[in-house]
Amino acid sequence: MKFVTRYLVPRLIQYCLVVFVGLTVVFFVPRLMPSDPVLQTLYVITAQSGSINPEAAEEMANTMRGLYGLEAGLLEQYGLFWKRLFTGDFGPSFFMFPTPVTQLIGKHLLWTIGLLVTTTVLSWVIGNILGGLTAYFSRFRLLKVFDTLAMFIRPIPYYIMALVLIIAFGYLVPIFPIRGGFPIGVRIAFTWRTIWLILKHGFLPALSLTLLGSAVWHQMMRLVAQGVKDEDYVQYAKIASIKERIIFRRYVMRNAMLPQITGLTIALGEIFSGALIVEIVFSYPGIGHLLFRAILGGDYNLIMGIATISIVAIATGVLIIDLLYPLFDPRIRYR
Amino acid sequence: MKTVRELLRDKRFIIGAAVFLIFAVLAILSFFSPHDPTEWHTVGRNLRPSLTHPLGTSFLGQDVFWRMTFAVRNSLILAILASAISRAIAVVVGLVAGYYGGIVDRLVMLVSDGFMVIPGFLLIVLLTLLAREFLNLVTIAVLLGVIGWAWSARLVRSQILSLREREFTFTAILSGTPARKLIFREYFPFILPLVFATFIAYMAYVIGIEITLTILGLTSPNMPTLGSMLHWALTYQALLSGYWWWYGTPIAVSVLLFVALYLTSVSISAYLDPRARLQRVGAG
Repeated sequence: MKFVTRYLVPRLIQYCLVVFVGLTVVFFVPRLMPSDPVLQTLYVITAQSGSINPEAAEEMANTMRGLYGLEAGLLEQYGLFWKRLFTGDFGPSFFMFPTPVTQLIGKHLLWTIGLLVTTTVLSWVIGNILGGLTAYFSRFRLLKVFDTLAMFIRPIPYYIMALVLIIAFGYLVPIFPIRGGFPIGVRIAFTWRTIWLILKHGFLPALSLTLLGSAVWHQMMRLVAQGVKDEDYVQYAKIASIKERIIFRRYVMRNAMLPQITGLTIALGEIFSGALIVEIVFSYPGIGHLLFRAILGGDYNLIMGIATISIVAIATGVLIIDLLYPLFDPRIRYR
Repeated sequence: MKTVRELLRDKRFIIGAAVFLIFAVLAILSFFSPHDPTEWHTVGRNLRPSLTHPLGTSFLGQDVFWRMTFAVRNSLILAILASAISRAIAVVVGLVAGYYGGIVDRLVMLVSDGFMVIPGFLLIVLLTLLAREFLNLVTIAVLLGVIGWAWSARLVRSQILSLREREFTFTAILSGTPARKLIFREYFPFILPLVFATFIAYMAYVIGIEITLTILGLTSPNMPTLGSMLHWALTYQALLSGYWWWYGTPIAVSVLLFVALYLTSVSISAYLDPRARLQRVGAG
């Protein structure tokens, strides 16, 4: 009972407040932007149909404001946003009116999840294994290579990394396609050919994400594992002449894993905002790309939809891991 | 002096600082540039690297080497400004939250928690769009400075929280030292190194963000920075035409710069406190 009142309740209140603050910021910031979605759409229409007389344009703008629900005052819109949020409705997208935002997100989310879950988990596993090995078996020269590699890869910003890969595999040795999630004109169906094409298109974005991701996990793991290696119980296990392999697996890795598990949930939560940059660079049809277009077009509903999912996902991920932590680490007790 | 001697024993610091020094020299060289970086067709177009043009010239008729010196200077100025602003906010917020505690602490931590949950890059993109008309080196620096303090404020706060419980704090308070003096004289030496290590790390982050923003077309491409250099090279299809010296220069320079900044930051925090290395690696 003490756990509930002393820990759980304050933690839940904090969770709600954090989500509230995050969503409020994301609600107001786009509405302060200079790009007016109505004028933007109007501009597209006039560009397509030649000249329109000013009164008709004015009338059209007003109709659109009504359709988009932008007539109401800022506070009223804000209230409505919360009301609709609880029914899971983000309203229609502006620039793809009247497709509902949820439908758009659903369509693109699959691509992002496919790409990012794979690369996040892959780089987590690779980085942790290599990091643990280099830390524990530090007497092997060969493993030091990974340290140096990670040190050089890690600080490179994502964009540059992607560009280097594009130059290498798109122009110098053109093996992999550098744009899109699948070739234009191919219908998505569950055949071996489509799966092969999708994998081929996903290779470069996945490679760039995995390289950088592994370097980051590698370095974190190495530091943690180095600390664990010097602990008394590891020294004791050595003196007790337990096999090195077993010490490494059961004593060092298991303990060093703990902070890494927290990191993994946060990383998985971040998937929902997509890797904006990777998807733009490779024109990958995922959620990040959608978000970028939404931002440029001032599509409030779409921005809100994606941001809400992302904020709730990250906050919830952190909450769950906080609550589940005693399962991974029996030493922690919530009192 | 002893600190520097100690640091010079670290190979990572030597390499990092040396590369950084070279870039500082390059940045200073830009003041003696024979060409204006915003002007086109000052020299011949698409020339290969030669003695007169050490890094060749671009399609726009600009000398790549001199253009690069400006890019390095502006990117460094931007990074230093943004880091200084964000560190200043982080120190003040962390100090206030850690020292006074209570309601102020709760509020500050709530705001910084909120900041950490919002996808950072999304917020930056939104804000640059918001301030699009006023974007120049200084405003971008202010913007990135205002955004990037949350994590470091936490670090400062936790440091202050532990300092506040130490013996010397009680001695100082009992002997009537004013809070201001206590904070500046006694606490600052403890938090300065921490701030310095994150300062360099944030510099690298800012340079990377600038490149990304410029290439996405969110800032003015006429500002001579590393990002705009790459932007022009990509816009004019330097990749397809094989002008490797044009697109290769900003890529090579930024990669070197990142590695140098990273090595310096890591070696300093390793010197300060082995545990700080952990926090460093986790911070964005």
